[in-house]
Amino acid sequence: MAFERRLLMRERGTGVLEKLWLIPWTFVMLLSAVAAVGYVALYSAGGGSAEPYASKHLLRFGFGLVMMLSLALVDIRVIARFAWVGWLGGVALLVLVALHGNVGKGAQRWIDIGPIQLQPSELMKIMLVLGLAAWFHRASWERVGNLLFLIPPVLMVLIPVGLILKQPNLGTGLITALVGGGMFFAAGVRWWKFAVVAGIAGVIAPIAYDRLHDYQRARITTFLDPESDPLGAGYNIIQSKIALGSGGVWGKGFLQGTQGHLNFLPEKQTDFIFTMIAEEFGFAGAISVLALLALVVVFGFLVALRCRNQFGRLLAIGLATNFFLYVFVNVAMVTGSIPVGGVPLPLISHGGSAMLTVMLGFGLLMSVHVHRDVEFGGSRD
Amino acid sequence: MSKKEEERRRGAFTRRAVLLATGQVGLFGFLGWRLHRLQVQEGDRYATLAEENRISARLIAPPRGRVMDRTGHVVAANRLNWRALLVAEQTQDVNATLETFSRIVPLAEHERTRIEREVRRRRRFVPAVVREFLTWDEMARIEMNAPDLPGISIDVGTTRLYPEAEHLAHIVGYVAPPAESDIDGDPLLELPGIRVGRAGIERHHDRLLRGRAGAVQLEVNAVGRVIRELDRREGVPGQDVQISIDTGLQKAVRERIEEGTSVVVMDVRNGEVLAMASQPSFDPNLFNSGVSNAQWRAWTANRATPLINKATNGLYAPGSTFKMVVASAALEAKVCTPGERVTCPGYYDLGDTRFHCWSRYGHGGVDMRSALKLSCDVYFYEMAKRTGMDRMAAMANRYGLGVELDIELPGSRRGFVPTRAWRMAQGKAWNLGDTVVHGIGQGFYQLTPLSLCTMVSRVASGRAVQPHLTRAVGGRPIRGVRPEDWPSMGLPDRDLRLMREGMWAVVNEEGGTARIARLPAGLGQMAGKTGTTQVRRVSREQRERGFRVETMPREWRPHALFVGFAPHDNPQYAVSVVVEHGTSGSAAAAPLARDVMAETLTRMRGGSGPGQRVADAVPGGPVPTPRRDGG
Repeated sequence: MAFERRLLMRERGTGVLEKLWLIPWTFVMLLSAVAAVGYVALYSAGGGSAEPYASKHLLRFGFGLVMMLSLALVDIRVIARFAWVGWLGGVALLVLVALHGNVGKGAQRWIDIGPIQLQPSELMKIMLVLGLAAWFHRASWERVGNLLFLIPPVLMVLIPVGLILKQPNLGTGLITALVGGGMFFAAGVRWWKFAVVAGIAGVIAPIAYDRLHDYQRARITTFLDPESDPLGAGYNIIQSKIALGSGGVWGKGFLQGTQGHLNFLPEKQTDFIFTMIAEEFGFAGAISVLALLALVVVFGFLVALRCRNQFGRLLAIGLATNFFLYVFVNVAMVTGSIPVGGVPLPLISHGGSAMLTVMLGFGLLMSVHVHRDVEFGGSRD
Repeated sequence: MSKKEEERRRGAFTRRAVLLATGQVGLFGFLGWRLHRLQVQEGDRYATLAEENRISARLIAPPRGRVMDRTGHVVAANRLNWRALLVAEQTQDVNATLETFSRIVPLAEHERTRIEREVRRRRRFVPAVVREFLTWDEMARIEMNAPDLPGISIDVGTTRLYPEAEHLAHIVGYVAPPAESDIDGDPLLELPGIRVGRAGIERHHDRLLRGRAGAVQLEVNAVGRVIRELDRREGVPGQDVQISIDTGLQKAVRERIEEGTSVVVMDVRNGEVLAMASQPSFDPNLFNSGVSNAQWRAWTANRATPLINKATNGLYAPGSTFKMVVASAALEAKVCTPGERVTCPGYYDLGDTRFHCWSRYGHGGVDMRSALKLSCDVYFYEMAKRTGMDRMAAMANRYGLGVELDIELPGSRRGFVPTRAWRMAQGKAWNLGDTVVHGIGQGFYQLTPLSLCTMVSRVASGRAVQPHLTRAVGGRPIRGVRPEDWPSMGLPDRDLRLMREGMWAVVNEEGGTARIARLPAGLGQMAGKTGTTQVRRVSREQRERGFRVETMPREWRPHALFVGFAPHDNPQYAVSVVVEHGTSGSAAAAPLARDVMAETLTRMRGGSGPGQRVADAVPGGPVPTPRRDGG
């Protein structure tokens, strides 16, 4: 009897109060610390004023926090059941933005929903993780080895990636593809299949390069040799490197950054916010911020390893990888390590869409953590 | 799925998750290595240590826009200003640098304090001014000692020059270094030696005149010498502002008037202010390098208030110049007809209070036209009683009295026209006697000469013109230059014609109160209205003892007012004159208005070159006796 009751409790899940207890509050504090770094940086980007960036940032984070904590209480099985709805919704929004979206910087990227500007490509990354986690949840190790079984998830990745590339948004498209790849790897897809895909990509890449937009090509060429066109396409990278370099070990001090405050840094409140931090707080400040962000990723992996259901494990690893890719691409971009692309630094850059989708992801991650001991699903074969 | 299969799946997941995590942490490590290389190893290449070359970014101040008068004559210009600047980040010891500097060019103790405060307040890369207005000799000495003066550089900035000095001080205003409260996020305000508009046009159009800062990125060596320019983004120069003042007219007017007098000349067709004089005035150039305490005390202690523009900030009761408003309100309220006669025996009884007309012998039977011409008080006592204060006040507002005007002079007073509600809000009663007194422009009114000029412009044009000073910004004319830009007042033409005719009779008809204001031949005819407003109550006993205004102390004497427009049959220009303690509108204000109007008409027809003036007419004519109690 007692055993059965325990099973029953597991089935129904636990009460709200117990769930609140299970929320990883240290992680919430970690996120708040990162957002606080964002506030400080945006305060500086606003010329030493909370307006126009920092105060909005705080507001958005507060809103995101509420959303995240509410999501954490939603039963993981409910999330799993409706995961495919999320994927479909994400794709529908991408189609919508292709048909009716606003054009910004030569690309159709966002739609207006009332006061909110939504970039469906940001949301799609989360929805893809959900969809793939749900698909692989029931698959045994043998099943994942079956090539036919992999055709639907490959389509689940290719359809949104194709739509995002068509916007055109090369950066986000590649990140989405990489998130999908990471999930395939974690789900147990065999090594040799990755090798084959990599081989094919190696053949296709030169052909694809020919079909890229001019600005996308310019990014790649300037990445290879930024000094070749110092006032044109290479300008951003050179200015960013000057800012980083002149920051030195200890930085120029809060609000003292010349590059940022004299507007030599392009888009200092969004893509180049990390440069601003590195200029004013130096290597010491930059490496500390990087460490905080790495801790966030590590936490995601710990959640994945602790979880007792495959859906939660895959969801957690997908979300952590997604966050990691954001950070890596952004910081690699501003340090001139990879071509420049419009990828913000999550939780720090100014911008509502990225902040809310990232917080949505953390909400799901917390739900995984809160429901880590729930066992569900399993045999389909 | 069996337990065994689940175990296997989880095992595979764990292995791969650890691999992924290792990879990602590794990539974080790569980023850290990359940052280390850029910021620590190659840091010098991009500029950090004092011995090596560095990148320095500087703001460039755009030239401030000029102010021109309507003929294109520049009334606020920029003049070169050689300065020594100090960039704190380019020296290791600010104090040592200043110490060396003061051995070359002596610095006073208060200058040292100011520089130290500026260095502390500003960001380290923003230069602070050490010394302005350097002579060639000083510059040569600083240049020669440059190696001993790390962080010091000489550059040329600009400072403001007002060629017309006190003639336009109240209009153009002046500039001064920004105060803490001016800092509004514009990086330009952090520049050394920058000035912001503090008064007048300089303040009103500050944003337009200021322009936007540019910036330049330089490679400099340790002592701040520029090695090469890496990048430059141009600022936006400030825009030139053209004002409607005619400097020649303004000077002629100012030379004609004495202390305590203010004069406004407006174009009735579009509201442009052609001249606005207030005596005494001040030299705005003194604000450039900071006004000394002694000078400031001298200005503020002067009872004639040189810093205050009496045309926009002096408040006076309008006296009889208000009678057009009362007549207009009575006609609109339909409480009388223009032809209706009121008998004036020299006084007006309301209950047991007696109000006097300025003429103790009375005017006999007067209609509206002759009441304006003779300025008969009894007629307007009666009209005020019939119309009521609130309707008079509403009409006054429509004429531009007691309302905010669009004049571009910050701090201008709007003036005040009382209403019954206002008095009651003070907990006091409003009696019919109050209404009667306010019918002749006495009482609680507080109006500026500018608003009186606006009133008479509206009488003359029938349009709700707003007084304004701006003609063009950046070479583009502003809206409001054409008469059609201004809406009609919405008063019947018949009423307005009657006002104008009454005012014409004041000046040009036998028995009018301002016959002295007739224009010289060839300039057409002026229409006008006098006003005399008591500043001190004259009691009955004093009146009976034959109290004479000539024997009063000056500051007890009434103010003299005159408003008018010309030519009477095709109104173009309006004038308002207030002579503080001038005793009589007819004697003091009217002749002045005549000369100003003659000057205006002559100039505007291009008949007289700059500097030429219409000869002063000899003041004289009948001087009306001082008037009335009950005010």
